[in-house]
This record gives sequence, structure tokens and C-alpha cells, in this order.
Amino acid sequence: MVDTRFALYPPYGTDIPNMNDKNGNLETAAHPENLRRVAIDPVSRVEGHGKVTLLLDENDRVHQVRLHIVEFRGFEKFVQGRPYWEAPVMVQRLCGICPVSHHIAASKAMDMIVGATLTPTAEKVRRLMHYGQILQSHALHFFHLSSPDLLFGFDSDVARRNIAGIAAAYPEVAKRGVLLRKFGQEVIRITAGKRIHGTGSIPGGVNKNVSTEERDYLLKDIEQMIAWSRDALVLVRQLFEQNLDLYNNFGRFKTHTLNLVREDGALDLYHGGLRARDMDGNTLFDHYDSRHYWDVIFEDVKPWSYMKFPFLRSLGPERGWYRVGPLSRVTQCDFIPTPLANQARKAFMAFAGGSVAGATMGFHWARMIEMLHAAELIQELLHDPDLQGNDLVSKGQRQERGVGVIEAPRGTLIHHYKVDEHDQIVRCNLIVSTTHNNQAMNEAIRQVARQYLDGRKLTEGLLNHIEVAIRAFDPCLSCATHALGKMPLQVELLDVEGGVLSTLARSADGAFS
Amino acid sequence: MTDTFQLDGATVSFEPCQTVMQAALTAGRYIPHLCYHPEFKPHGSCKLCTIKVGGRTLSACTMPAEAGLQAESNIEELNALRRTLLQMLLVEGNHFCPSCEASGNCQLQATAYELQVMTPHFNQFFPDRPLDGSHPDILLDFNRCILCELCVRASCEMDGKNVFALAGRGITKHLIVNAESGMLRDTDIALEDKAMHVCPVGVILKKGVGFSVPIGARRYDQRPVGAQALDDAPRPAISGSCDACEGKS
Repeated sequence: MVDTRFALYPPYGTDIPNMNDKNGNLETAAHPENLRRVAIDPVSRVEGHGKVTLLLDENDRVHQVRLHIVEFRGFEKFVQGRPYWEAPVMVQRLCGICPVSHHIAASKAMDMIVGATLTPTAEKVRRLMHYGQILQSHALHFFHLSSPDLLFGFDSDVARRNIAGIAAAYPEVAKRGVLLRKFGQEVIRITAGKRIHGTGSIPGGVNKNVSTEERDYLLKDIEQMIAWSRDALVLVRQLFEQNLDLYNNFGRFKTHTLNLVREDGALDLYHGGLRARDMDGNTLFDHYDSRHYWDVIFEDVKPWSYMKFPFLRSLGPERGWYRVGPLSRVTQCDFIPTPLANQARKAFMAFAGGSVAGATMGFHWARMIEMLHAAELIQELLHDPDLQGNDLVSKGQRQERGVGVIEAPRGTLIHHYKVDEHDQIVRCNLIVSTTHNNQAMNEAIRQVARQYLDGRKLTEGLLNHIEVAIRAFDPCLSCATHALGKMPLQVELLDVEGGVLSTLARSADGAFS
Repeated sequence: MTDTFQLDGATVSFEPCQTVMQAALTAGRYIPHLCYHPEFKPHGSCKLCTIKVGGRTLSACTMPAEAGLQAESNIEELNALRRTLLQMLLVEGNHFCPSCEASGNCQLQATAYELQVMTPHFNQFFPDRPLDGSHPDILLDFNRCILCELCVRASCEMDGKNVFALAGRGITKHLIVNAESGMLRDTDIALEDKAMHVCPVGVILKKGVGFSVPIGARRYDQRPVGAQALDDAPRPAISGSCDACEGKS
């Protein structure tokens, strides 16, 4: 069971510092030269490495906490010069977990380049591919990666805090996680040609439809997937009921939000306009044409991180950071256009006086609502005869600039390309979901530092608290999300001169030294 | 009456003027190759079809079939050398199969699979080879060129246009476009030209159609390169097309 001692920490609303207060934000210490530096390096990676650094004074009070993503990917550079039709296949190699996101976002941008208006078959096959991915990615995150934290406790026995431990203690939960993910991967295989890194989506459409045999193959399991998704919602609700104070307060912070919504305000993960709301729920802009995202979003650069810090232009770089992803989408849409998921959303929004909708751990609940929505939509799409259509590709007036925006499993994903008269890409800008959440994740771990680190001796369980906070966002920090409980970590306590006072290291096999 | 020779212990019959390669493919025996094409003069440059005859190594595509010949091809010694040749080709250019539109239709990739090339082994050259996208319908991606000269031969012998050529020597040898500007837009190449359809890799590409064939329906998805090569044979030997024949006649 979850360690309930965390419930002793101040309940919701009593100890939430203003993140925009220079003295309270913990981003930059006033006098770092006099502070001890504690580094968690590597914490994890975005297909690479990330680290957390903390600066503490002699009383172990935290003065600075930073999540650094130190990896440089370079796709924006080496896609330059390549033909535009190659981009959807090339850039999806950014990721092995949700490559379909990049595949489709790039394809949407290239639809603009070739001046296409998608045929019904093309759009529905793409939507099917995308929701298959939402299903598999959310299942992967909840069952494989987060359930050990949630079911065993944040600082439970590290030896069993992994998917193998779940399989031993909760075999049915583990089995459902594996099979839900498998189903989503099968949807991707049928629409994209391969489970990972397929080629189904091309500029102006798709390269195949869904045959009746393929449709029937998926339909035979879809009812089970919907049932298991509903059961997952029951499980996550129970977890919140049992640990309400902990889940409500852990890494909690106030934030602005950004997400796509359909014209009628419904949740739509494939296409829509941008909606931004401030931390008090006031709408900053709504149904904004995402093809002109740069009018409302800009990227800030900070000297201590390779990852940019996007912000809402109207609020500026200091105050304009925001959060994307399932929690923002589910709470900020007006409704979900499938019945079971919409019902689940209402229950979520009403739970504990609506407070969970603002909790960092609420990500898990929102993610399961989206998984149910994906399963329902897949069923709906599979019954649509347009999937068997043969009108797959369209073209129109050639354009120079293309922008593709979708809601990926982890949040809003923006692809932006400029293509020259020789059909070669000359400029590319990608703002990926994890980048949008950069500052938000920093705020979450700063809050965890305030809540759990001040004056405490470093332990493995403490390290995992930082992981749990980062993991709630389901970031593309590969180690944090993929090697759960086995993330190689090294924490060093240094004196002012940089000398090592003590070290705690965890190797990839989970051993401590 | 046809004569015969021995290939890996099997009897292969042949017609006059056939090379070892032509006779072997006609008889249903695959010898790996890249620069050989049944519709063109043998070239003998890629050396992938190297066979052993009496302890000597020879190119099967240029070696005239002779009665009583004792040839070895599918032996580990030669396949190891072929793997090395493929590895050198793969590192010498920029062959990024994961994002290449020729993937699944590429003879180099398919042959590497056939011969079980598991790693590049050598350090990648990562050459800087800008694309030529100047033509409205055709793109040239020089990164993938393996210097087989099939496009050179097709453009010269069949299209009569002489659009392509090789320039430079040794390690600097490279494919060029025969135009003063060096750009494809300044040639008279057309989509229906034979040169558009012979590239064994992914250099000469029709624009805007990449990845339009789904995975599973590409050339080498269903049948490996060895089976495909046998499907393409037998083809009649082009009369007077090889030096050996011309010497005899």
C-alpha cells in the first residue's frame, strides 16, 4: 500500500507558493556560490539524458531546483535539404514510443505544402492510426510505467517496484496492460504498415485503406478493450479515494494550460483550434488557428538547458509558461464526444470538489479517460465504411509553408516546415509535447523539493519522488518512463569547493552503492 | 544441343553467347549482383557476382559460359567477401534505410538482407552530397549512388540522351549530370526514360510519390532479391552485346 505519511503534508490550497514570485520560484538561487550542489545525473533522458540539480544551504533548505534536458536531437537541422515527402517518415524517428505523432503532425504540415484537402478515407484512416497510438501509449504509461508507483507506493521496496513486481502481485492488471498496448499497436500496424515507424501517412493522404478483413480482426477485440479501459478508470479512482491528500498535493502547482479543441469545444486529438486558459480559468484565446501558432506562442531560451521554454506571448516569458497533455485537455475541453469517456470526465471533474483536476497526479486519471475515449473512437471508426474507400490521396495548390498541429499522447505537438521551389525543406521547427511541459515539470519537481527534500537525508525513495513527479507528465524522458525503478541515478553531495561529501548511486539493475 | 558447366556442384546448361550469370539465372540459380541488369551489357564493376573457377576469382556477369567449367559461388568464403563489399558500399554513401523512400524496393538493401549483413562494420564516411531538386518532376539523391552506371548505360544506350556520367577517379569518383550547369533541369531527361527505372538504389526519384506504396506491397516485401532475380530471368542475351561474343563472331 501507499505510504500514508505523505498525507501529513499540508493539504491542497494551504502551501502553494506563487511560482511567479522571484523569491519563491526556486529557479535561480540568489547566491549559488555559497550553496551545496546536489545533482541527479542522469535522471533520465529525452531519447538521451536529463538531470536534476538542487542547491541547498547549510540548513538543507532548498534554494534552486532545475530539470535539465541535456540531449541535442538535431532533427530540425538534418531534415534541411531533404525532400518534403520524406519528412513524415524521417522525423518520426525522434521517438519509438509515439512515432505516429510525429508521422501525422509532419503529414498534416505536408498536406498544406501540397495544398491538399484530405478525402474522408484518408482522414479517418489517419485518425484511426492516431487513436490507436493514444491507446497504446497511455496503456504503456499507466500499466507498465506508473502502476508500480501507484499500487506499491512511491518509496516501496525498489526490488518489486517495476512491471515484473506488478505481474507477480497483480497479474490481471499486468496482463491487461500488455494486451491493451498490443491492441493499439495492431491498429497502428494495420493503418501504418508497421507497429513502430510505419509509412501509412503521406503528404495529401494515406497509402492504404483498411480492408474488411483488417476491420473485422480489430472489431473482435474492441469491446474487451473498452471494458478494460473502464476498469482502469475504476482502479485509478480507487487510488485517489485511498490516498486523496497525497495525490491531491503531490507536486501540485497552479498553471496556465494549452490544448487543441474541436470547433464545438469537444476534445479532439487529431485536429482543432488552440485554446489557452490562465491559472484562474480565464480564457486567453480560443479556437485560435494553429497554423499561425507563432502569433500566440514563442520559445524562450535559458542558458542552463538545451530544451527551450515555450510561453504564451500575451503573458511574456516569465509568467507565460503553461502545461499541456491529458490533464489540460480533459479539464479544458467542453465535453468528450464519446459517451463513456464523457461520463468519466464528468465524474473526474466533480471528484473531491473538483480539486483533482488541478493536481499533478490527476494526469493519471485524465490519461485513463483519454484511453477510454480512444477505445470508443476506434470502435466508432471501425464501423465507418469510409475506411474501405479507395480515394486515398489529394493534391491542390502548392504552398511554401506547412504547419501541422496535433494532440500527441503527451500534449500539443507542432511541426512547422518551409519548402523551397525544388521541393526541399529549408526550415523546420518542432515544438514537441515535452518541450511545452518543460517549465511545468520544473515547477512540479520544485514543489516536490519543497514538500519532501528540505532537510532530509537522501534515500532511494526520495529519488523516486522526483521520478514520480516527472513521470506524471509522461514525458519523453526515456529512462524515466521506460526503465521504471531502474533509472541509473547518481546523487552527489558536494561542498562549496566542489568536493564530494557523500554519494548515492543506483545502477541500471537497481543496485545501490 | 546445349553445353553444360558445373555451378556449386550442380549442372547448368547454357546457350551460346551466354555468360555464367545469364546461364545460372536461367537455370534458377541466383548469383548475387548489383551492376548486372539483364537488359544491359555486362559491366563487371560491383564484383558482387564474383565466383571461383579453378582457384581464380572472376565476375560471373562478364565470364562467358564454357563447357565443363567448374565454378563455385554460394560458398562461405565468397559470401563473406560479398558481405564486405556490401558493407563498404553502405558506409561509403549515406544509406539511411529507415527514412529512405527506396526501402523495400532497394536492391542494395535486399541483397544485404539476402547475404545477412548485420552491421556496417566499417566507419561511416558520411559524405556531403547535396541533392539536385532542380528538375520539376525528378529528384536526384546522390547520397545513395553505388556507381553501378546503370543510369549512365540506360541513358546512353536506350534513351540516346547521355544525361548521366561518372566523373573523378578512385575514391572521388561520383555521378554527374551532363549539363553545363550540372543541374538536371538543364537536361532533356523525361519520366518515361529508361534511365528513370534502372537505379537499383534510391538516387533517381520521381518527385512527390515517395512512400505511396504501403509496407507489404513493395518489391522485396514478399519475395527476397534472389527469387526476384530469378523471376526476371531468363532474358535473351542481347546479340553482340558482350565483348566475348563480339570477339568470337
